[in-house]
Amino acid sequence: MSAVDPAPAANRPAALTVSHLSVVFGRGRSMLKAVDDVSFTLGHGEAFGLIGESGCGKSTVLRALAGLNSEYGGTISFQDREVPHKRDKAFFRRVQMVFQDPYSSLHPRKMVQNVLAEPLKIHGFDRPQERIDEILTAVGLGPSFRYRFPHELSGGQRQRVAIARALIIEPELLLLDEPTSALDVSVQAEILNLLKQLRRDRDLTYLMVSHDLAVVTHLCERVAMMSEGRILEEMSAADVRAGRAHEPYTREFLEASVGYRPIA
Amino acid sequence: MDKPLLEVEDLSVTFKGAHRSVQAVRGISFSVGREKVGIVGESGSGKSLTGRTILKLTPKAATISARKLSFDGIDLLAASERQMRSIRGNRISMILQDPKFSLNPLMRVGEQITEAYRLHHKVGGKEAEAKALAMLEAVKIRDPARVFKLFPHEVSGGMGQRIMIAMMLIPEPDLIIADEPTSALDVTIRRQVLSILDELVTRRGAGLIFISHDLNLVADFCDRVLVMYAGRIMEDIPARELHNARHPYTRALLDSLPRLDRQADMLQVPSRDPAWLDGPTLQSGSRT
Repeated sequence: MSAVDPAPAANRPAALTVSHLSVVFGRGRSMLKAVDDVSFTLGHGEAFGLIGESGCGKSTVLRALAGLNSEYGGTISFQDREVPHKRDKAFFRRVQMVFQDPYSSLHPRKMVQNVLAEPLKIHGFDRPQERIDEILTAVGLGPSFRYRFPHELSGGQRQRVAIARALIIEPELLLLDEPTSALDVSVQAEILNLLKQLRRDRDLTYLMVSHDLAVVTHLCERVAMMSEGRILEEMSAADVRAGRAHEPYTREFLEASVGYRPIA
Repeated sequence: MDKPLLEVEDLSVTFKGAHRSVQAVRGISFSVGREKVGIVGESGSGKSLTGRTILKLTPKAATISARKLSFDGIDLLAASERQMRSIRGNRISMILQDPKFSLNPLMRVGEQITEAYRLHHKVGGKEAEAKALAMLEAVKIRDPARVFKLFPHEVSGGMGQRIMIAMMLIPEPDLIIADEPTSALDVTIRRQVLSILDELVTRRGAGLIFISHDLNLVADFCDRVLVMYAGRIMEDIPARELHNARHPYTRALLDSLPRLDRQADMLQVPSRDPAWLDGPTLQSGSRT
Protein backbone atom coordinates (compact mmCIF):
# COMPACT_ATOMS: atom_id res chain seq x y z
CA MET A 1 0.00 0.00 0.00
CA SER A 2 1.39 3.35 -0.98
CA ALA A 3 0.40 6.65 0.51
CA VAL A 4 -0.13 8.42 -2.81
CA ASP A 5 -3.03 7.86 -5.12
CA PRO A 6 -2.15 5.99 -8.29
CA ALA A 7 -1.71 8.43 -11.14
CA PRO A 8 -3.43 7.57 -14.40
CA ALA A 9 -0.88 5.93 -16.68
CA ALA A 10 -0.53 7.91 -19.88
CA ASN A 11 0.42 5.08 -22.18
CA ARG A 12 -2.52 2.85 -21.39
CA PRO A 13 -5.83 3.18 -23.22
CA ALA A 14 -8.47 5.28 -21.53
CA ALA A 15 -10.67 3.15 -19.32
CA LEU A 16 -13.85 4.81 -20.47
CA THR A 17 -14.65 7.38 -23.11
CA VAL A 18 -18.10 8.90 -23.32
CA SER A 19 -18.74 11.14 -26.27
CA HIS A 20 -21.86 13.16 -27.04
CA LEU A 21 -24.03 11.01 -24.83
CA SER A 22 -27.67 12.00 -24.83
CA VAL A 23 -30.70 10.36 -23.28
CA VAL A 24 -34.22 11.45 -24.12
CA PHE A 25 -37.38 10.37 -22.35
CA GLY A 26 -40.82 10.69 -23.93
CA ARG A 27 -41.54 12.27 -27.25
CA GLY A 28 -43.31 15.25 -28.74
CA ARG A 29 -44.33 17.91 -26.30
CA SER A 30 -43.57 15.85 -23.23
CA MET A 31 -40.04 15.13 -24.43
CA LEU A 32 -37.39 15.51 -21.78
CA LYS A 33 -33.70 15.69 -22.56
CA ALA A 34 -32.35 14.07 -19.39
CA VAL A 35 -28.78 13.95 -20.66
CA ASP A 36 -27.68 16.42 -23.28
CA ASP A 37 -24.40 16.00 -25.15
CA VAL A 38 -22.24 14.75 -22.29
CA SER A 39 -18.60 13.85 -22.99
CA PHE A 40 -15.82 12.83 -20.66
CA THR A 41 -12.87 10.48 -20.42
CA LEU A 42 -11.68 8.32 -17.57
CA GLY A 43 -8.03 7.34 -17.44
CA HIS A 44 -7.09 3.90 -16.24
CA GLY A 45 -7.05 3.76 -12.46
CA GLU A 46 -8.65 7.14 -12.11
CA ALA A 47 -11.57 8.10 -9.90
CA PHE A 48 -14.00 10.52 -11.49
CA GLY A 49 -17.04 12.06 -9.87
CA LEU A 50 -20.26 13.43 -11.31
CA ILE A 51 -21.95 15.95 -9.04
CA GLY A 52 -25.18 17.86 -9.28
CA GLU A 53 -28.61 18.30 -7.80
CA SER A 54 -31.44 15.83 -8.09
CA GLY A 55 -32.78 15.70 -11.62
CA CYS A 56 -29.60 16.96 -13.25
CA GLY A 57 -29.09 13.71 -15.13
CA LYS A 58 -26.10 12.31 -13.23
CA SER A 59 -27.72 9.00 -12.39
CA THR A 60 -29.11 8.71 -15.93
CA VAL A 61 -25.56 8.93 -17.27
CA LEU A 62 -24.58 6.11 -14.94
CA ARG A 63 -27.56 3.99 -15.93
CA ALA A 64 -26.82 4.47 -19.61
CA LEU A 65 -23.21 3.43 -18.97
CA ALA A 66 -24.25 0.36 -17.02
CA GLY A 67 -26.53 -0.73 -19.84
CA LEU A 68 -29.67 -0.27 -17.77
CA ASN A 69 -30.97 2.10 -20.41
CA SER A 70 -30.02 1.05 -23.93
CA GLU A 71 -31.85 3.91 -25.64
CA TYR A 72 -29.17 6.56 -25.84
CA GLY A 73 -27.44 8.66 -28.44
CA GLY A 74 -23.68 9.10 -28.78
CA THR A 75 -20.99 6.56 -28.14
CA ILE A 76 -19.56 4.86 -25.11
CA SER A 77 -16.15 3.26 -25.46
CA PHE A 78 -14.59 0.97 -22.93
CA GLN A 79 -10.83 0.69 -23.33
CA ASP A 80 -10.97 2.35 -26.74
CA ARG A 81 -13.53 -0.06 -28.12
CA GLU A 82 -17.11 1.04 -28.59
CA VAL A 83 -19.58 -1.02 -26.61
CA PRO A 84 -22.83 -2.18 -28.22
CA HIS A 85 -26.05 -0.53 -27.03
CA LYS A 86 -27.26 -3.90 -25.86
CA ARG A 87 -24.42 -4.91 -23.55
CA ASP A 88 -22.89 -8.37 -23.74
CA LYS A 89 -21.70 -10.57 -20.93
CA ALA A 90 -18.07 -9.63 -21.49
CA PHE A 91 -18.92 -6.02 -20.71
CA PHE A 92 -20.56 -6.83 -17.39
CA ARG A 93 -17.61 -8.98 -16.47
CA ARG A 94 -15.47 -5.84 -16.53
CA VAL A 95 -17.90 -3.12 -15.47
CA GLN A 96 -19.97 -3.46 -12.31
CA MET A 97 -22.21 -1.15 -10.35
CA VAL A 98 -22.89 -0.45 -6.67
CA PHE A 99 -26.28 1.08 -5.93
CA GLN A 100 -27.33 3.75 -3.51
CA ASP A 101 -29.61 1.93 -1.16
CA PRO A 102 -28.21 -1.26 0.34
CA TYR A 103 -31.64 -1.98 1.79
CA SER A 104 -33.19 -2.50 -1.61
CA SER A 105 -30.28 -3.70 -3.75
CA LEU A 106 -29.92 -7.11 -2.07
CA HIS A 107 -32.45 -9.92 -2.50
CA PRO A 108 -34.17 -10.30 0.88
CA ARG A 109 -34.45 -14.09 0.66
CA LYS A 110 -30.96 -14.88 -0.55
CA MET A 111 -28.13 -15.67 1.79
CA VAL A 112 -24.92 -13.70 1.31
CA GLN A 113 -23.14 -16.70 -0.17
CA ASN A 114 -25.86 -17.18 -2.79
CA VAL A 115 -25.78 -13.49 -3.66
CA LEU A 116 -22.05 -13.82 -4.26
CA ALA A 117 -22.19 -17.20 -6.00
CA GLU A 118 -24.53 -16.01 -8.71
CA PRO A 119 -22.19 -13.68 -10.62
CA LEU A 120 -19.48 -16.35 -10.41
CA LYS A 121 -21.76 -18.91 -11.98
CA ILE A 122 -22.96 -16.53 -14.71
CA HIS A 123 -19.41 -15.70 -15.74
CA GLY A 124 -18.08 -19.24 -15.31
CA PHE A 125 -15.48 -18.66 -12.63
CA ASP A 126 -13.68 -21.55 -11.02
CA ARG A 127 -13.16 -22.09 -7.27
CA PRO A 128 -16.39 -20.31 -6.23
CA GLN A 129 -16.13 -21.21 -2.55
CA GLU A 130 -12.59 -19.86 -2.19
CA ARG A 131 -13.49 -16.71 -4.09
CA ILE A 132 -16.45 -16.02 -1.83
CA ASP A 133 -14.27 -16.33 1.27
CA GLU A 134 -11.59 -14.15 -0.30
CA ILE A 135 -13.93 -11.33 -1.26
CA LEU A 136 -15.73 -11.36 2.08
CA THR A 137 -12.38 -10.97 3.79
CA ALA A 138 -11.36 -8.23 1.38
CA VAL A 139 -14.43 -6.12 2.19
CA GLY A 140 -13.80 -6.58 5.89
CA LEU A 141 -16.61 -8.98 6.75
CA GLY A 142 -14.97 -12.40 6.87
CA PRO A 143 -16.20 -15.86 5.79
CA SER A 144 -18.58 -16.18 8.73
CA PHE A 145 -20.95 -13.77 6.98
CA ARG A 146 -21.71 -16.33 4.24
CA TYR A 147 -24.77 -17.69 5.95
CA ARG A 148 -26.46 -14.40 6.79
CA PHE A 149 -29.56 -12.98 5.19
CA PRO A 150 -29.70 -9.24 4.38
CA HIS A 151 -32.04 -8.57 7.32
CA GLU A 152 -29.34 -9.88 9.62
CA LEU A 153 -26.91 -7.22 8.45
CA SER A 154 -26.56 -3.53 9.29
CA GLY A 155 -26.64 -0.87 6.58
CA GLY A 156 -22.87 -0.69 6.38
CA GLN A 157 -22.52 -4.48 6.24
CA ARG A 158 -25.09 -4.65 3.45
CA GLN A 159 -23.20 -2.06 1.44
CA ARG A 160 -20.06 -4.15 1.97
CA VAL A 161 -21.89 -7.17 0.57
CA ALA A 162 -23.05 -5.08 -2.40
CA ILE A 163 -19.45 -4.03 -3.01
CA ALA A 164 -18.31 -7.64 -2.65
CA ARG A 165 -20.91 -8.75 -5.20
CA ALA A 166 -19.65 -6.16 -7.67
CA LEU A 167 -15.98 -6.99 -7.11
CA ILE A 168 -16.15 -10.78 -6.96
CA ILE A 169 -15.83 -11.15 -10.74
CA GLU A 170 -12.81 -8.85 -10.73
CA PRO A 171 -14.12 -5.97 -12.83
CA GLU A 172 -11.94 -3.06 -13.90
CA LEU A 173 -14.46 -0.27 -13.71
CA LEU A 174 -16.82 0.28 -10.81
CA LEU A 175 -19.86 2.52 -11.19
CA LEU A 176 -20.87 3.96 -7.84
CA ASP A 177 -24.30 5.53 -7.52
CA GLU A 178 -24.30 7.52 -4.26
CA PRO A 179 -22.83 4.56 -2.37
CA THR A 180 -22.90 6.22 1.05
CA SER A 181 -25.84 8.61 1.02
CA ALA A 182 -28.15 6.16 2.82
CA LEU A 183 -25.61 5.57 5.60
CA ASP A 184 -24.70 7.27 8.87
CA VAL A 185 -21.53 9.37 8.92
CA SER A 186 -19.52 6.84 10.90
CA VAL A 187 -20.55 4.04 8.51
CA GLN A 188 -19.96 6.33 5.57
CA ALA A 189 -16.38 6.77 6.76
CA GLU A 190 -15.94 2.97 6.87
CA ILE A 191 -17.29 2.48 3.35
CA LEU A 192 -15.26 5.37 1.89
CA ASN A 193 -12.12 3.96 3.47
CA LEU A 194 -12.93 0.53 2.08
CA LEU A 195 -13.50 1.90 -1.43
CA LYS A 196 -10.23 3.79 -1.29
CA GLN A 197 -8.35 0.73 -0.07
CA LEU A 198 -9.87 -1.59 -2.68
CA ARG A 199 -9.07 0.81 -5.47
CA ARG A 200 -5.40 0.75 -4.50
CA ASP A 201 -5.23 -2.99 -3.94
CA ARG A 202 -7.06 -3.95 -7.11
CA ASP A 203 -6.09 -1.14 -9.47
CA LEU A 204 -9.72 -0.17 -10.07
CA THR A 205 -11.23 2.72 -11.96
CA TYR A 206 -14.16 4.49 -10.29
CA LEU A 207 -16.98 6.55 -11.68
CA MET A 208 -18.97 7.96 -8.81
CA VAL A 209 -22.19 9.91 -8.74
CA SER A 210 -23.03 11.98 -5.71
CA HIS A 211 -24.60 15.16 -4.52
CA ASP A 212 -22.20 15.41 -1.60
CA LEU A 213 -19.19 17.44 -2.55
CA ALA A 214 -17.09 16.43 0.44
CA VAL A 215 -17.62 12.74 -0.28
CA VAL A 216 -16.78 13.08 -3.97
CA THR A 217 -13.63 15.07 -3.44
CA HIS A 218 -12.50 12.64 -0.78
CA LEU A 219 -12.58 9.75 -3.22
CA CYS A 220 -12.09 11.30 -6.67
CA GLU A 221 -9.29 13.28 -8.25
CA ARG A 222 -11.52 14.88 -10.83
CA VAL A 223 -15.16 15.94 -10.75
CA ALA A 224 -17.63 17.24 -13.29
CA MET A 225 -20.48 19.53 -12.35
CA MET A 226 -23.75 18.65 -14.03
CA SER A 227 -26.87 20.75 -14.39
CA GLU A 228 -29.93 20.22 -16.56
CA GLY A 229 -28.42 17.27 -18.39
CA ARG A 230 -25.16 18.96 -19.30
CA ILE A 231 -21.68 18.98 -17.88
CA LEU A 232 -21.02 22.59 -16.93
CA GLU A 233 -17.36 22.21 -16.11
CA GLU A 234 -14.70 19.78 -15.04
CA MET A 235 -12.55 20.50 -12.03
CA SER A 236 -9.80 18.82 -10.10
CA ALA A 237 -10.50 17.91 -6.49
CA ALA A 238 -8.02 20.63 -5.48
CA ASP A 239 -10.03 23.20 -7.47
CA VAL A 240 -13.16 22.18 -5.62
CA ARG A 241 -11.46 22.43 -2.25
CA ALA A 242 -10.15 25.88 -3.06
CA GLY A 243 -13.52 26.93 -4.49
CA ARG A 244 -12.03 27.66 -7.91
CA ALA A 245 -14.98 27.46 -10.28
CA HIS A 246 -15.74 29.35 -13.46
CA GLU A 247 -19.48 28.90 -13.81
CA PRO A 248 -21.69 30.94 -11.46
CA TYR A 249 -23.91 27.89 -10.88
CA THR A 250 -20.94 25.81 -9.75
CA ARG A 251 -19.81 28.57 -7.44
CA GLU A 252 -23.25 28.70 -5.89
CA PHE A 253 -23.25 24.93 -5.47
CA LEU A 254 -19.81 24.95 -3.85
CA GLU A 255 -20.83 27.72 -1.50
CA ALA A 256 -24.07 26.02 -0.52
CA SER A 257 -22.22 22.78 0.19
CA VAL A 258 -19.91 24.29 2.77
CA GLY A 259 -22.60 24.79 5.36
CA TYR A 260 -25.28 27.27 6.25
CA ARG A 261 -24.76 30.94 5.57
CA PRO A 262 -27.82 33.15 5.60
CA ILE A 263 -28.71 34.62 2.24
CA ALA A 264 -28.17 38.34 2.53
CA MET B 1 -32.17 34.56 29.30
CA ASP B 2 -35.71 34.33 30.64
CA LYS B 3 -37.50 31.18 31.70
CA PRO B 4 -37.04 28.35 29.22
CA LEU B 5 -39.97 27.34 27.03
CA LEU B 6 -39.45 23.66 27.37
CA GLU B 7 -37.96 21.86 30.31
CA VAL B 8 -37.13 18.19 30.14
CA GLU B 9 -35.73 16.32 33.10
CA ASP B 10 -34.79 12.67 33.19
CA LEU B 11 -36.93 11.70 30.20
CA SER B 12 -37.08 8.04 29.23
CA VAL B 13 -39.04 6.31 26.52
CA THR B 14 -39.42 2.55 26.76
CA PHE B 15 -40.84 0.14 24.24
CA LYS B 16 -42.32 -2.81 26.06
CA GLY B 17 -41.92 -6.12 24.32
CA ALA B 18 -43.17 -9.58 25.17
CA HIS B 19 -39.75 -10.77 26.23
CA ARG B 20 -37.67 -7.70 26.69
CA SER B 21 -38.13 -3.97 26.80
CA VAL B 22 -36.07 -1.54 24.80
CA GLN B 23 -35.25 1.81 26.28
CA ALA B 24 -34.86 4.09 23.28
CA VAL B 25 -34.41 7.33 25.22
CA ARG B 26 -32.65 6.92 28.54
CA GLY B 27 -32.93 9.63 31.13
CA ILE B 28 -32.13 12.78 29.21
CA SER B 29 -32.45 16.33 30.51
CA PHE B 30 -32.35 19.55 28.57
CA SER B 31 -34.16 22.82 28.21
CA VAL B 32 -35.03 24.97 25.25
CA GLY B 33 -35.57 28.70 25.39
CA ARG B 34 -36.33 31.06 22.54
CA GLU B 35 -33.33 29.83 20.64
CA LYS B 36 -32.31 27.33 17.98
CA VAL B 37 -31.28 24.04 19.51
CA GLY B 38 -29.90 21.30 17.31
CA ILE B 39 -30.13 17.61 18.16
CA VAL B 40 -27.64 15.51 16.24
CA GLY B 41 -26.89 11.84 16.30
CA GLU B 42 -26.77 8.73 14.17
CA SER B 43 -29.82 6.73 13.22
CA GLY B 44 -31.26 4.96 16.22
CA SER B 45 -29.83 7.43 18.70
CA GLY B 46 -33.31 8.51 19.79
CA LYS B 47 -33.24 12.04 18.40
CA SER B 48 -36.48 11.82 16.41
CA LEU B 49 -38.23 9.99 19.22
CA THR B 50 -37.26 12.78 21.60
CA GLY B 51 -38.90 15.27 19.23
CA ARG B 52 -42.06 13.21 19.01
CA THR B 53 -42.21 12.63 22.74
CA ILE B 54 -42.47 16.37 23.34
CA LEU B 55 -45.70 16.32 21.31
CA LYS B 56 -46.70 12.97 22.82
CA LEU B 57 -46.87 11.52 19.32
CA THR B 58 -45.10 8.33 20.27
CA PRO B 59 -46.35 4.91 19.14
CA LYS B 60 -48.79 3.09 21.41
CA ALA B 61 -46.17 0.61 22.55
CA ALA B 62 -44.02 3.36 24.01
CA THR B 63 -44.20 4.46 27.61
CA ILE B 64 -42.93 7.89 28.52
CA SER B 65 -41.58 8.64 31.96
CA ALA B 66 -39.92 11.79 33.18
CA ARG B 67 -39.36 13.76 36.31
CA LYS B 68 -40.37 16.86 34.43
CA LEU B 69 -41.70 17.50 30.97
CA SER B 70 -43.15 20.95 30.91
CA PHE B 71 -43.84 23.44 28.19
CA ASP B 72 -44.46 27.03 29.20
CA GLY B 73 -45.69 25.96 32.61
CA ILE B 74 -47.94 23.19 31.25
CA ASP B 75 -47.13 19.71 32.48
CA LEU B 76 -47.18 17.72 29.25
CA LEU B 77 -47.02 14.39 31.03
CA ALA B 78 -50.26 15.05 32.88
CA ALA B 79 -51.97 16.78 29.95
CA SER B 80 -55.01 15.03 28.57
CA GLU B 81 -55.31 14.09 24.92
CA ARG B 82 -57.74 16.99 24.56
CA GLN B 83 -55.23 19.45 25.99
CA MET B 84 -52.51 18.00 23.77
CA ARG B 85 -54.67 18.63 20.71
CA SER B 86 -54.88 22.30 21.57
CA ILE B 87 -51.12 22.43 22.01
CA ARG B 88 -50.11 20.50 18.90
CA GLY B 89 -49.90 22.71 15.87
CA ASN B 90 -51.04 25.73 17.83
CA ARG B 91 -48.27 26.16 20.39
CA ILE B 92 -45.79 23.47 19.34
CA SER B 93 -45.63 22.44 15.73
CA MET B 94 -43.56 19.92 13.85
CA ILE B 95 -41.93 20.05 10.43
CA LEU B 96 -41.13 16.63 9.01
CA GLN B 97 -38.47 15.43 6.65
CA ASP B 98 -40.25 14.87 3.39
CA PRO B 99 -43.10 17.11 2.22
CA LYS B 100 -44.10 14.37 -0.22
CA PHE B 101 -45.35 12.29 2.68
CA SER B 102 -46.47 14.93 5.12
CA LEU B 103 -48.84 16.93 2.93
CA ASN B 104 -52.29 15.57 2.17
CA PRO B 105 -52.13 14.53 -1.50
CA LEU B 106 -55.86 15.05 -2.07
CA MET B 107 -56.12 18.60 -0.78
CA ARG B 108 -55.01 21.75 -2.47
CA VAL B 109 -52.02 23.37 -0.79
CA GLY B 110 -53.92 26.51 0.09
CA GLU B 111 -56.76 24.61 1.73
CA GLN B 112 -54.31 22.77 3.92
CA ILE B 113 -52.69 25.96 5.13
CA THR B 114 -56.07 27.61 5.67
CA GLU B 115 -57.25 24.57 7.60
CA ALA B 116 -54.20 24.70 9.85
CA TYR B 117 -55.03 28.28 10.70
CA ARG B 118 -58.78 27.87 11.20
CA LEU B 119 -58.33 24.88 13.48
CA HIS B 120 -56.82 27.14 16.08
CA HIS B 121 -58.31 30.54 15.28
CA LYS B 122 -61.99 31.32 15.00
CA VAL B 123 -61.95 33.28 11.78
CA GLY B 124 -63.92 33.26 8.54
CA GLY B 125 -62.79 31.59 5.32
CA LYS B 126 -61.89 34.84 3.60
CA GLU B 127 -59.71 36.08 6.40
CA ALA B 128 -57.93 32.74 6.74
CA GLU B 129 -57.30 32.69 3.01
CA ALA B 130 -55.75 36.13 3.10
CA LYS B 131 -53.60 35.02 5.99
CA ALA B 132 -52.51 31.87 4.12
CA LEU B 133 -51.56 33.89 1.04
CA ALA B 134 -49.52 36.26 3.19
CA MET B 135 -47.82 33.28 4.76
CA LEU B 136 -46.96 31.78 1.37
CA GLU B 137 -45.42 35.10 0.49
CA ALA B 138 -43.46 35.07 3.73
CA VAL B 139 -41.86 31.77 2.76
CA LYS B 140 -40.75 33.41 -0.51
CA ILE B 141 -43.13 31.69 -2.89
CA ARG B 142 -43.23 33.89 -5.94
CA ASP B 143 -46.80 33.53 -7.15
CA PRO B 144 -48.78 32.68 -3.99
CA ALA B 145 -52.19 32.92 -5.66
CA ARG B 146 -51.22 30.25 -8.20
CA VAL B 147 -49.46 27.97 -5.72
CA PHE B 148 -52.47 28.26 -3.40
CA LYS B 149 -54.52 26.25 -5.89
CA LEU B 150 -51.93 23.54 -6.60
CA PHE B 151 -51.94 19.98 -5.33
CA PRO B 152 -48.88 18.68 -3.46
CA HIS B 153 -47.76 16.53 -6.42
CA GLU B 154 -47.57 19.64 -8.56
CA VAL B 155 -44.92 21.37 -6.46
CA SER B 156 -41.20 20.65 -6.21
CA GLY B 157 -39.53 19.31 -3.07
CA GLY B 158 -38.14 22.68 -2.05
CA MET B 159 -41.47 24.40 -2.58
CA GLY B 160 -43.27 21.60 -0.74
CA GLN B 161 -41.02 22.08 2.26
CA ARG B 162 -41.64 25.83 2.19
CA ILE B 163 -45.37 25.10 2.13
CA MET B 164 -44.90 22.81 5.14
CA ILE B 165 -43.10 25.61 6.95
CA ALA B 166 -45.89 28.04 6.05
CA MET B 167 -48.45 25.59 7.38
CA MET B 168 -46.58 24.97 10.59
CA LEU B 169 -45.87 28.62 11.29
CA ILE B 170 -49.25 30.07 10.48
CA PRO B 171 -50.78 29.37 13.93
CA GLU B 172 -47.74 31.21 15.31
CA PRO B 173 -46.40 28.46 17.57
CA ASP B 174 -43.95 29.17 20.36
CA LEU B 175 -41.91 26.09 19.72
CA ILE B 176 -41.15 24.42 16.41
CA ILE B 177 -39.73 20.95 16.15
CA ALA B 178 -38.09 20.38 12.78
CA ASP B 179 -37.16 16.76 12.15
CA GLU B 180 -34.57 16.67 9.36
CA PRO B 181 -36.40 19.41 7.47
CA THR B 182 -33.82 19.71 4.73
CA SER B 183 -32.43 16.20 4.33
CA ALA B 184 -34.57 15.51 1.28
CA LEU B 185 -33.55 18.74 -0.41
CA ASP B 186 -30.71 19.75 -2.70
CA VAL B 187 -27.96 21.88 -1.24
CA THR B 188 -28.91 25.13 -2.95
CA ILE B 189 -32.59 24.73 -2.04
CA ARG B 190 -31.58 23.72 1.48
CA ARG B 191 -29.99 27.09 1.96
CA GLN B 192 -33.13 28.92 0.87
CA VAL B 193 -35.40 26.88 3.12
CA LEU B 194 -33.09 27.30 6.10
CA SER B 195 -32.79 31.04 5.72
CA ILE B 196 -36.59 31.32 5.58
CA LEU B 197 -36.92 29.18 8.69
CA ASP B 198 -34.20 31.16 10.42
CA GLU B 199 -35.78 34.48 9.58
CA LEU B 200 -39.27 33.51 10.67
CA VAL B 201 -38.14 31.86 13.88
CA THR B 202 -35.90 34.75 14.84
CA ARG B 203 -38.46 37.39 13.98
CA ARG B 204 -41.20 35.77 16.01
CA GLY B 205 -38.92 34.90 18.88
CA ALA B 206 -39.99 31.28 18.77
CA GLY B 207 -37.94 28.34 19.96
CA LEU B 208 -36.69 25.79 17.46
CA ILE B 209 -35.57 22.21 17.95
CA PHE B 210 -33.68 21.21 14.84
CA ILE B 211 -33.14 17.47 14.53
CA SER B 212 -30.47 16.51 12.02
CA HIS B 213 -27.67 14.08 11.29
CA ASP B 214 -25.59 16.78 9.63
CA LEU B 215 -23.08 18.13 12.15
CA ASN B 216 -21.70 20.88 9.97
CA LEU B 217 -25.12 22.22 9.16
CA VAL B 218 -26.19 22.23 12.79
CA ALA B 219 -22.95 23.93 13.83
CA ASP B 220 -23.68 26.77 11.41
CA PHE B 221 -27.41 27.03 11.82
CA CYS B 222 -28.17 26.53 15.52
CA ASP B 223 -27.26 28.32 18.72
CA ARG B 224 -26.77 25.23 20.82
CA VAL B 225 -26.26 21.56 19.99
CA LEU B 226 -27.18 18.38 21.84
CA VAL B 227 -25.24 15.35 20.67
CA MET B 228 -27.14 12.10 21.17
CA TYR B 229 -25.89 8.54 21.22
CA ALA B 230 -27.80 5.41 22.21
CA GLY B 231 -30.64 7.33 23.81
CA ARG B 232 -28.42 9.61 25.89
CA ILE B 233 -27.23 13.15 25.43
CA MET B 234 -23.46 12.95 25.24
CA GLU B 235 -22.72 16.62 25.06
CA ASP B 236 -24.56 19.92 25.35
CA ILE B 237 -22.47 22.57 23.63
CA PRO B 238 -22.83 26.02 22.05
CA ALA B 239 -22.91 25.53 18.27
CA ARG B 240 -20.00 27.82 17.53
CA GLU B 241 -17.81 25.73 19.81
CA LEU B 242 -18.83 22.42 18.28
CA HIS B 243 -15.55 22.07 16.47
CA ASN B 244 -13.77 22.24 19.81
CA ALA B 245 -16.04 19.60 21.32
CA ARG B 246 -14.57 17.64 24.21
CA HIS B 247 -16.64 14.49 24.27
CA PRO B 248 -14.84 11.66 22.46
CA TYR B 249 -18.04 10.68 20.63
CA THR B 250 -18.61 14.19 19.28
CA ARG B 251 -14.96 14.35 18.30
CA ALA B 252 -15.17 10.97 16.56
CA LEU B 253 -18.26 12.01 14.61
CA LEU B 254 -16.57 15.20 13.46
CA ASP B 255 -13.44 13.33 12.46
CA SER B 256 -15.37 10.76 10.46
CA LEU B 257 -16.70 13.41 8.09
CA PRO B 258 -14.87 13.94 4.82
CA ARG B 259 -14.06 17.63 4.71
CA LEU B 260 -13.57 20.04 1.89
CA ASP B 261 -11.13 22.22 3.73
CA ARG B 262 -8.84 19.44 4.84
CA GLN B 263 -7.69 16.54 2.75
CA ALA B 264 -7.35 13.24 4.55
CA ASP B 265 -6.11 10.00 3.13
CA MET B 266 -8.24 7.76 5.29
CA LEU B 267 -11.18 8.82 7.44
CA GLN B 268 -11.41 8.12 11.14
CA VAL B 269 -13.91 5.42 11.96
CA PRO B 270 -15.40 6.08 15.39
CA SER B 271 -14.80 3.43 17.99
CA ARG B 272 -17.41 3.29 20.70
CA ASP B 273 -16.79 3.14 24.39
CA PRO B 274 -19.39 1.23 26.47
CA ALA B 275 -18.79 3.74 29.26
CA TRP B 276 -20.58 6.38 27.17
CA LEU B 277 -23.83 4.46 27.53
CA ASP B 278 -24.25 5.56 31.11
CA GLY B 279 -21.87 8.48 31.26
CA PRO B 280 -23.01 11.96 32.26
CA THR B 281 -23.91 14.68 29.78
CA LEU B 282 -20.92 16.87 29.18
CA GLN B 283 -21.81 20.53 29.54
CA SER B 284 -19.36 22.45 27.42
CA GLY B 285 -18.65 26.08 26.89
CA SER B 286 -20.18 29.09 28.52
CA ARG B 287 -23.94 28.93 28.90
CA THR B 288 -25.84 31.90 27.59
